[in-house]
Amino acid sequence: MDIKDIIKPENLVYDKTKVLTDNVMHYCPGCSHGVIHKILAEVIDEMGIQEETIGVSPVGCSVLAYNYLDIDWLEAAHGRAPALATGVVRLNPEKYVFTYQGDGDLASIGTAEIMHACNRGENIVVIFVNNAIYGMTGGQMAPTTLVGQVTATTPYGRELDLHGYPLKITELVAQLPGTSFVTRQSVQTPAAVRKTKKAIKKAFANVGQKKGTQFVEVVSTCSSGWKISPVASNKWMETNMFPFYPLGDIKDSEKETADKFKVQ
Amino acid sequence: MAKVKGAVVVDNEKCKGCDLCVVACPHDVLSLHREVNGKGYHYSYMKNPDACIGCMNCALVCPDSCITVYRVRV
Amino acid sequence: MGELRLMKGNEVIAEAAIRCGCDGYFGYPITPQSEVMETLMIRRPWDETGMVVLQAESEVASINMLYGGASTGKKVMTSSSSPGISLMAEGLSYLAGAELPCLVVNVQRAGPGLGTIQPSQADYFQAVKGCGHGDYKLIVLAPASVQEMNDFVDLGFELAFKYKNPAMILTDGVIGQMMEKVELADFKPRWTKEEIQANCGDWACTGKKDRKRHVSTSLELDSELMEQNNLRFQAKYKEIEENEVRYEMIDCEDADYIIVAFGSAARICQKSMQIAREQGIKVGMLRPITLFPFPTKTIEELAGKVKGFISVEMSAGQMVEDVKLAVNGKVPVEYFGRYGGVVPTPGEIVDAMKQKLIGG
Repeated sequence: MDIKDIIKPENLVYDKTKVLTDNVMHYCPGCSHGVIHKILAEVIDEMGIQEETIGVSPVGCSVLAYNYLDIDWLEAAHGRAPALATGVVRLNPEKYVFTYQGDGDLASIGTAEIMHACNRGENIVVIFVNNAIYGMTGGQMAPTTLVGQVTATTPYGRELDLHGYPLKITELVAQLPGTSFVTRQSVQTPAAVRKTKKAIKKAFANVGQKKGTQFVEVVSTCSSGWKISPVASNKWMETNMFPFYPLGDIKDSEKETADKFKVQ
Repeated sequence: MAKVKGAVVVDNEKCKGCDLCVVACPHDVLSLHREVNGKGYHYSYMKNPDACIGCMNCALVCPDSCITVYRVRV
Repeated sequence: MGELRLMKGNEVIAEAAIRCGCDGYFGYPITPQSEVMETLMIRRPWDETGMVVLQAESEVASINMLYGGASTGKKVMTSSSSPGISLMAEGLSYLAGAELPCLVVNVQRAGPGLGTIQPSQADYFQAVKGCGHGDYKLIVLAPASVQEMNDFVDLGFELAFKYKNPAMILTDGVIGQMMEKVELADFKPRWTKEEIQANCGDWACTGKKDRKRHVSTSLELDSELMEQNNLRFQAKYKEIEENEVRYEMIDCEDADYIIVAFGSAARICQKSMQIAREQGIKVGMLRPITLFPFPTKTIEELAGKVKGFISVEMSAGQMVEDVKLAVNGKVPVEYFGRYGGVVPTPGEIVDAMKQKLIGG
């Protein structure tokens, strides 16, 4: 069968969603952000909520996320995305509001904002992209950088005595009563992409049902920061990141009710 | 038994040659071209088109959404 | 005549917010302004007008919640005192850079650092020169009475939306804590979806529907375009300077000397004027109501008619710099102030005026 006979509109099975703009992404080749953006756009498209979705982009590589998803966006100061999202959702409770944050933004400079937004159970989706490095500023140590991992500010590898421990912030937010769905996923294989999409879709559906804070960590790569190829980055991630940041749902429940916390 | 035939179209100019689709393909259909696109990347192309089953794996892992997939039963 | 009440300045801020159709208040407790949020929580406006009130985890979060709400075309406000405003400086710069309207109330206390909870006007520079990074301005209103605390909430929102710029009410612990008679405004409903569409439809993030997507951002990596943004901001500030200067002149017609003072210092200076006039010194007062825009032209005009100015402030001398710039060397400009939480007495001011300005 000739290829020309296959490439026909009636045989189309996969195409770029219209929620993604035609802008060429500024990300490096192989960057996980592109895949996560695409998944988000597909979920928004499939749920038919483009008009009801408001995104909050962070400071970091994904600062320009608003160029790629065709929805209304707010661009936050470094770490403050959960506070912006709080302001949006409290005054517009009918909207699907999400933050998109990297490890530096969410787990370092924005720790207070993410903890308290999750603890209040703000009805938002949090997409947390953890690639254990600061990509935009040139590959410095992140709060999630592994011990021994080489970065621009840990040129001999992260040392415990000097830099402290890598932060498992997702496990921390799972402890907070305001979160209902907390999961850790990845996007390095087709199967992983499908699972992440399912998780993000569930998170948005939960927000539609006012279930509180939905937290989706995506363990990701940064081939430029790690200074290896995209394919090698996926392998490095599987070997080094997954044992410390294990994939799967950490919490899947209703947010806590008041009785447990009431004064007598 | 019906056989499935697939084909992919890569947006050559958008492709950054990251190689992830090549690795994700279960039938060794894709490869990076020895020529480069306008940005200097060796873009992905169907080196072995007959083997394609239109499984979409390549498109799923593509960070730049530059792969369109077609499939037909023959 | 509106409803008359005896109220604290801080309480009036809360009441005025509810009555002017404010959509959301986000704040963090700090002395001497905590009554603002306390009053709101007692009033429960969410039951009455649908206004949201939230105690945030910090001032940093509060100002960013304002960014979130303002981006959707809502009337949002916060209040704090000096150390808290320093924490909000980052957010204010972003709000100004993204051209978002909001209202911030600073009930000043004395610094630097933790300082003291006693009143001060030492955040003048911070307020009028733009307290965060970059070339930007806040619209700054300086109330001198509980009545003006009431009036400036609505006015602050009006100016903030007119110019898509953060507005600030710069007051202090004296006016925040004191009780006075106030005529409250009538209730104005919050904007409906349709009104938000009509007033903010070309920029607010209300959900992309049948239009280009809206993005609330202060980021522009292309320096040529970023310069264009800055030129637009500067043109806007100039327009504000041309149209929005507000001040009060008291007994300036026959005055030989002019006191320039704002807020609570201006109240004290009224007594000083009276004492001075009893002693045969012809003193008038110019009270800037907007600190940005500053009544530069009015001071310039006065400088051609009088023998000198004295800027009286509860700071180490901040506004005096702007008075000097306006006077431009035509006549002497002196400063007197008490600070660190000390409020000057009317007599001290008269003495300083005689000693520094008049001689003898």
